[in-house]
Amino acid sequence: MNYSEKVMDHFANPRNCEKMEDPDGVGTVGNPTCGDLMTIYIKVEDDVITDISFQTFGCGAAIATSSMITEIAVGKTLDEALNISRNDVAEELDGLPPVKMHCSNLAADGLKAAIENYYETHQQS
Amino acid sequence: MYLDNSATTQISKEVLEEMMPYLTEEFGNPSTLYSIGRESKKALEQARQRIADSINAKKDEIIFTSGGSESDNLAIKGLAFKLRKKGNHIITSEIEHPAVKQTLYFLESLDFKVTYLPVYENGLIKIEDLKEAITPETILITIMHGNNEIGTLQPIEEIGKIAHENGIIFHTDAVQTFGKVEIDVEKQNIDLLSVSSHKINGPKGVGAIYIKKGIRLVPLIHGGGQERGIRAGTENVAGIVGFGKAAEIATSKLDEHAEKLSKIRDEIVEKVLDTIPESYLNGDKDQRLPNIANLRFTAIEGESLILLLDAKGYQASTGSACSSNTLEASPVLTALGLDPVDVHGSLRISLAPESDEFDVDEFVNVLSEAVARLREMSPLWNQELDYDGVMCRKHDECRRC
Repeated sequence: MNYSEKVMDHFANPRNCEKMEDPDGVGTVGNPTCGDLMTIYIKVEDDVITDISFQTFGCGAAIATSSMITEIAVGKTLDEALNISRNDVAEELDGLPPVKMHCSNLAADGLKAAIENYYETHQQS
Repeated sequence: MYLDNSATTQISKEVLEEMMPYLTEEFGNPSTLYSIGRESKKALEQARQRIADSINAKKDEIIFTSGGSESDNLAIKGLAFKLRKKGNHIITSEIEHPAVKQTLYFLESLDFKVTYLPVYENGLIKIEDLKEAITPETILITIMHGNNEIGTLQPIEEIGKIAHENGIIFHTDAVQTFGKVEIDVEKQNIDLLSVSSHKINGPKGVGAIYIKKGIRLVPLIHGGGQERGIRAGTENVAGIVGFGKAAEIATSKLDEHAEKLSKIRDEIVEKVLDTIPESYLNGDKDQRLPNIANLRFTAIEGESLILLLDAKGYQASTGSACSSNTLEASPVLTALGLDPVDVHGSLRISLAPESDEFDVDEFVNVLSEAVARLREMSPLWNQELDYDGVMCRKHDECRRC
């Protein structure tokens, strides 16, 4: 399993890895049976992600993609954030081993789940 | 510090020295009659004697192969094809090495029937299960001696006895145990035995099979009649010489090494279980190889742990699916009845005689920090998370989901 230097950096020094108190949206994806489970927390102000953090149970790629998406998504509007794809995350990390593209590249899904959770819990009347 | 000696070992200096002439000036083909060929033949036969001596066999009961996998293939297919008119049933265990398991899957595709005996929480089969599985069609029992992941030792002497009482041939994969615990093919009722060189500080690409006198196998490799026609191909003389030397050293120092390594192993296990919360030992506490400890830690994933340990200079391995090319969780740990999530959190530490420079306290500190760090990141640690309800989204292609 050969990881890029960027993957190893995000794995060894994960950004924004903590449980968030009072998040506006929370999304959990993956399946621990497969070896990957990821929770993404977001804070939202005026439709913009102002803070984002994660917790991940998983392999090097799972942790690195979680860390990377927090860097990509912060400061983006919710619509922009919903457009971040799995490939975007992998590309920002200078690629992932092919076998990891599916199972561990969950961060984009985790972010979407968190945004959906935000919409569900903050429906405007 | 290299702690993955069940994967492979470093060639020892003495072994390499013994091999060097056969990689340079002594290049003769052992099948030729002139002097340089006779020298190679002499070296080959000396190595054969050394392997035979180390398992209480006779010299002409040893056939050299390319390694453990070939020996397993030759034993199982060679016997199955030889005895297919007598019967088509084979008994094995659920935790065999892939070289045995995949060979049996292949035979199943050719209408052989295979019974996979379960192992229990301790990683051992039950003799009653074996007795019940025997049918008039049973031609072979193939059960490994020591397990490559958890290090547990099966009761092979008793298995062999039952096999013989029922007129069945007994093969054991002894790749992990050869040179580490005593093997006596007479006393332990073994008919066929697979061993490998690179697990005991010998070179890669060499192994041997013990074939008890009187047992005939159909060869896998046909050709020029080398190895009494059972395994054709010009012999890997330098490799075989190295294997012979490695076997001689391992066997002569077996008790000394076993005592030393089991002490280190026990110290690691004890300190880990004492200092790291929710850590467990996999497999039977007593019936185990001196050099393997398999541990598991709740709520973390093994590949991440391996990467963190590697960054601190320790190389070990895991049964986590995430670290395997097939993304399949360890079938051995799964067969112990462990929760799949716990299988991901497993760590195998395997020692070699040169591991005595090893500072256990320092290692346990590094391990403890790595586990704590991953748990801090893990949503499964110390949290009320009902993950049964969480499934992959749009991941229908995932084999586990």
